[in-house]
Amino acid sequence: MISIFQNYGGTLLYGLGQTLLCSLIALVLSLIIGTFFALLEESPSKLARGIARVYIEIFRNIPLLVITMFFFVVFPLYIVKMNGFTAGTIGLTLYTSSFIAETVRAGIKSVDPGQMEGARANGLSFWQSMRYIVLPQAFRYVIPPLGNQFVNLVKNSSTLAFVGGFDLMYQGNVIASSSLQTIAAYSTIGVLYLVITLPISYYMRYLEKRLA
Amino acid sequence: MLQNFINAYSPDNLRYLFGGLGITLLVSVISIIGSFIIGAILGVIRYVKIKYVSAVVGVVIDVIRNLPLILILFFTYFGLPNLGVKPEIIPAAILAMTIFESTMLAEIVRSGIQAVDSGQMEGARANGLTYWQGLWYIVLPQALVKMIPAIVSQFISLVKDTSLATIILLPEMLFRSQIIYGQNTNYIIPMFVAIAAMYFVVCYLLSLLARHLEKRQA
Repeated sequence: MISIFQNYGGTLLYGLGQTLLCSLIALVLSLIIGTFFALLEESPSKLARGIARVYIEIFRNIPLLVITMFFFVVFPLYIVKMNGFTAGTIGLTLYTSSFIAETVRAGIKSVDPGQMEGARANGLSFWQSMRYIVLPQAFRYVIPPLGNQFVNLVKNSSTLAFVGGFDLMYQGNVIASSSLQTIAAYSTIGVLYLVITLPISYYMRYLEKRLA
Repeated sequence: MLQNFINAYSPDNLRYLFGGLGITLLVSVISIIGSFIIGAILGVIRYVKIKYVSAVVGVVIDVIRNLPLILILFFTYFGLPNLGVKPEIIPAAILAMTIFESTMLAEIVRSGIQAVDSGQMEGARANGLTYWQGLWYIVLPQALVKMIPAIVSQFISLVKDTSLATIILLPEMLFRSQIIYGQNTNYIIPMFVAIAAMYFVVCYLLSLLARHLEKRQA
């Protein structure tokens, strides 16, 4: 393992960087999209709720890899050329946003409905009450599950390896096949994944306990 | 465009794709059964707090849970041959899935046991059962009922994750669709529509089942 680090340090770091970059981009985007659909699902309009439901169910129930491959294979053919990193990040974002939407919605539901009623009674509109009263309280409950989603995101970003996204998993394969030290190579990238995911999981478990 | 769909969904191609669905379900079902058995043992070990053993099991579970499944697939399929074991594709996929999912199920089992009122165990002990009898006859059956919705949800992600095994050439749906559209690029969109629909139907029905079970419990 040490020799892998010595010989392929640069490659590994580059892969780690790509994995983190892709995960962070996907986290930010899916947080925005996910919150948007969670709000739609809680909105008074029946149409909006229907649209949100369809979006969430579609991306929750189709494998991430199928979504990613769709963007990698179909999009360049008919719409716009994109590299593996972009296709992978879009796939990850759409897939994760459906899970984040469910998480945020559960957070909104956990806020006492009296908060919304009070806000409405004080003359705020539905969206104002959501924005200023309900969401800030909901996010407190949502942070531990969101952290777990980020861990999933980092793990799932390994699908970039399928589409040539130069992430950690991809580099691991390159190193495994060029060094022929398969087990050492995969163990090394395993350790690098754990360096990111384990601290976050433990911290989220601690936060969950503190909130409970 | 329509003609592409009609040609792509020829009886032979459809039979080939549904065969892939069969392999997806076969691998998923065997893996979920295997991981339930292993996960239950690990979960109980982690719950009962045997000195050192539970701590070690806990670390192992946390490590495997926090690794990408693809990495575990690579380990079993490309790493094991270096240690002198050369598994076939389907057993390798089942092995990797089972290793990964059993850690997920261990956590489900543990939280299921924790969700059972502690008075149940006290009552069992007061009635003369040993700790293990109380766990086996009183606590575990109640915990199992509480776990079922979570296990169904886990099964859904298992079905979806099976698609990752295309990387070790498991001939499941995604892999087979790639073979079909590899022969004729006009079939790309019909194939994606077909497998997305098949995955969606299977997973959506399962998620309705999970939701129904959850409601019945509440």
